[in-house]
Amino acid sequence: MSHSSPVVSVSGVTKVFGEGDSDRVRALENINLDVHPGEFISLIGPSGCGKSTLLRLIGDLIKPSGGTVQVNGKSAHQARLDRDYGMVFQQATLYDWRTVRKNVQLPLEVMSYAREKREARAQEMLKLVQLEEFSRHYPWQLSGGMQQRVAIARALAFEPSLLLMDEPFGALDEMTRERMQMELLRIWSQTQTTVIFVTHSIPEAVFLSSRAVVMSPRPGRLAGIVEIDLPRPRAFETRESAPFFEKIVEVRECLRRDEVRVASA
Amino acid sequence: MSQPADLIPALEEELEAELLPEAGQALRTGQRLRRYLPAILLFLLALGAWEMAVNVFHIEGFLLPKPTVIASTFVRELPVILPAGLFTMREALGGFVLGCVLGILIALATSRWSIISDGAMPFAIAVNSTPIVALAPIMNNWFGITNPLAKMSIVAVIVFFPVLINTVRGLTQVNDGALELMRSYAAGEGAVLFDLRIPNALPFLFSAFKVSSTLSVIAAIVSEYFGGSRDALGVYISQQAALFHFAEAWAAIIVACLMGVAFYLALLVFERLVMPWHVSLRAAEE
Repeated sequence: MSHSSPVVSVSGVTKVFGEGDSDRVRALENINLDVHPGEFISLIGPSGCGKSTLLRLIGDLIKPSGGTVQVNGKSAHQARLDRDYGMVFQQATLYDWRTVRKNVQLPLEVMSYAREKREARAQEMLKLVQLEEFSRHYPWQLSGGMQQRVAIARALAFEPSLLLMDEPFGALDEMTRERMQMELLRIWSQTQTTVIFVTHSIPEAVFLSSRAVVMSPRPGRLAGIVEIDLPRPRAFETRESAPFFEKIVEVRECLRRDEVRVASA
Repeated sequence: MSQPADLIPALEEELEAELLPEAGQALRTGQRLRRYLPAILLFLLALGAWEMAVNVFHIEGFLLPKPTVIASTFVRELPVILPAGLFTMREALGGFVLGCVLGILIALATSRWSIISDGAMPFAIAVNSTPIVALAPIMNNWFGITNPLAKMSIVAVIVFFPVLINTVRGLTQVNDGALELMRSYAAGEGAVLFDLRIPNALPFLFSAFKVSSTLSVIAAIVSEYFGGSRDALGVYISQQAALFHFAEAWAAIIVACLMGVAFYLALLVFERLVMPWHVSLRAAEE
């Protein structure tokens, strides 16, 4: 693992929704996490553990109630203004009125890239996600998995240093999902982008990540971090290997230990 | 099938489009004919029944002329009623354009400064449900009874409210994820407006246009009933009806119907040109 300065540094972060209200929710409590360049981190835990909230805090879509989030040595807010983030959500949120090619070009248009540069980058990205022949299709003409690949291409088009993914494969069927995971690992190894990936699937977290950050609910906090040192490139066989199952057990134990601790408290 | 699962639906569509364009077209024309056949038959049947009823019950021609009489009157009167129709159509179109432009501009302003929309929208929705055409006599007095501007302003007011309301909805009812995406790009307000809010508003806008197209023809003709230039279709209809020349009145009503339909169809074509993505979306869902 790299020990250069972290891409993301979360320290003492707390998030309370509805502050001052009687029904306020402590979504996150005292979160500390460093993410290093080139890492693939998953945030995993049951619903309500604050994993999406943590991702959105890192991406400056919401502000923390306490603590600090540093990205590339800057505040999260400055990092967003500097366009350090690519984001992929559970819904592909492609713009209906744009063709696939034009959707990938959207961030580049917003960021005022020259036309030739935009065309070239879109072409390159669609090649990366293997959708070149669909560049002139409209989103509705694509399946869910293909739409999500376009969303990934769009997120990477402006070469952000950090890719934030919020359950991007959550709406896909199991077979498509496993194939998309392979795709994502291929893209990740080709682009060297740091990825933070929210999921509630243990096998997905284990298959993809270099570290799985296990979270627990009420209030959302870190239950533990599991190093996943399975050999790369990971392939179909990885899912059937003994070390893969051992890691799944390790993550599951980590989740359960926390449940027991909460129940006995 | 050996293809990856997520390729199959799209590939099937591709294949259909590539291998069977003519077959697909023919199929669609056939389907369309079958779908409209009952309507066409019913229409012809109703005309036949009308014709027979007038004959059998000896209904006086000045009360309810036979369809065949109306048809021959239509052909005879065409040199009068067609120019009259075009005159009225100009009023309807002029008012339509005026109302749309004002509605869109004010909608853009309200979506930019939400204080305007908070204050104005309940008012606009309330006004939209009042019979604005009742203002026609007042407008006639303001602008002069033969001034086409009197009719255009009625049409403009009628068109204004649905266009305003729908455009505001289209500009503000934007998918949260799509907005967050723009936020993640640190996009300026201009980019959000032109790349997201306006394209998002187009389907809303076109549904307002389509409603307004028929409303504007109705408004122009009805406001002419209160008086207007002798070249106008509404004036012709009300005068012929007053003289018990019902066949002439009916013939002019046919012209009014044709104008309304033509306007609506023109907008449909325009919609297809502006939003190919949206129409195909609906075609796929059918």
